[in-house]
Amino acid sequence: MLRAIDRFLTWVAFAALVAPALAVAADMAPDVLVKQVTLEVVDIVKQDKDIQAGDHQKVLALVEGKVLPHFDFTTMTRIAMGRSWRTATPEQKTRLVAEFKTLLVRTYSSALSSYQDEKFEFRPLRAKAGETDVTVNVRVMQSGREPVALDYDMEQTPDGWKCYNVYVAGVSLVANYRTEFDAEVRKAGVEGLLKSLEAKNKSLEDAPLARKK
Amino acid sequence: MKSLVRILGRLPRGRALALALALPLASGCATVQTPDPRDPYESFNRAVFSFNDGLDKAVLKPVATAYHDVLPGPLRMMVRNFFSNISDVFIGVNNMLQGKPGEGFNDWARVLFNTTFGLAGINDVASEMGLEKHNEDFGQTFAVWGAGSGPYLVLPLFGPSDVRDGIGLGFDLYASPLLAYHNVPVRNSLAALRTVSERSELLEASTIVEQAALDEYSFRRDFYLQRRRSLIYDGNPPRERLQDEDSSLVPAPDGDTNHVARN
Repeated sequence: MLRAIDRFLTWVAFAALVAPALAVAADMAPDVLVKQVTLEVVDIVKQDKDIQAGDHQKVLALVEGKVLPHFDFTTMTRIAMGRSWRTATPEQKTRLVAEFKTLLVRTYSSALSSYQDEKFEFRPLRAKAGETDVTVNVRVMQSGREPVALDYDMEQTPDGWKCYNVYVAGVSLVANYRTEFDAEVRKAGVEGLLKSLEAKNKSLEDAPLARKK
Repeated sequence: MKSLVRILGRLPRGRALALALALPLASGCATVQTPDPRDPYESFNRAVFSFNDGLDKAVLKPVATAYHDVLPGPLRMMVRNFFSNISDVFIGVNNMLQGKPGEGFNDWARVLFNTTFGLAGINDVASEMGLEKHNEDFGQTFAVWGAGSGPYLVLPLFGPSDVRDGIGLGFDLYASPLLAYHNVPVRNSLAALRTVSERSELLEASTIVEQAALDEYSFRRDFYLQRRRSLIYDGNPPRERLQDEDSSLVPAPDGDTNHVARN
């Protein structure tokens, strides 16, 4: 009996310790979340010589641990698929999300490992209270070049704010894939698109990340 | 590359363009199965695209890679800043033409400070003073004035464009202080250096695109159309509802980039 109470209390203590952390992530305003994750990741990249040298596995581990939890890949895939999403079976949808995620993470990792020492400017959120779908604006300042805008479309979910689309310099990668996916589906169906995505990801497995500056 | 630019530079400008236009035609065009309304000349464009790509792989990219590897970073930045400073003159003109005097004076103030304190532009002191670099050209100015983009075009040597931006590019080149330089060998060397410098900045980006794209042609096209739309609206285009499965993500050739609302 005492043992049971003891165990219960341990759980309560644990819950008390963890709950605020979870609550913080869920309650955190989207712009604060973006800022925190960005600065944390950049800080790690700055200190890690392996990442700067283009260590593929280390970059992927960093992205998986710190960045991916805040992304909604199902919505991203749905957007990229457009009309074809409805024609895919649930099993195909699962595979599509997995393959697209791999491809996007790859691209993101390449971009990340080429980070040098750019400064970030976090713009105040232009959203009304209670909005559940907002865009967070960040700008990357580089000497001698025009600033690069990073815009994150984010949606509020029970697990906190999730990013479902990123614009880099006004270009959304997810939107960019829509024509490509559409063409593949028209040519060879959803299964054909899956085959191309799988082949693409396979061909990139051993390819080095984009060249260091 | 230098010699190629020199050869093209020695030809009268019109003839050089005609020659460049004729080259890809010789490689033949295939019909496209599912035409994109924004890209009615896709088969021609694809031919030019592969011509450009071949030229890039054979000449420009290797030269730019060597340039990147041989020259130290700070020196490459000076070269980049030098050309960037020259281009700020007409970025300012275009901001004025678009009815944005604040931005225009910002650009000219950049030229003033960078040319003097920045030693002929090799140091971008203006950015450190808070005078931001802008991105403007005649194509964007025409869009702000209400010109539609017309069909997408891949230009020989210059790459992705459309009818409006292609005409804009003609104005950009004609107005460029660099090309007004009378000493032809010097002018061509500068043009070649600028081309190599710009390409060397894009080595990483081009690798990322190669790796990310299923079909590089359509990837680059959609990228261009999205990017131009963003530039025309100075980075704040009206957002489309991406969740709508039927929404078209990039406007049709004569879509809503026609008239830019100013607030």
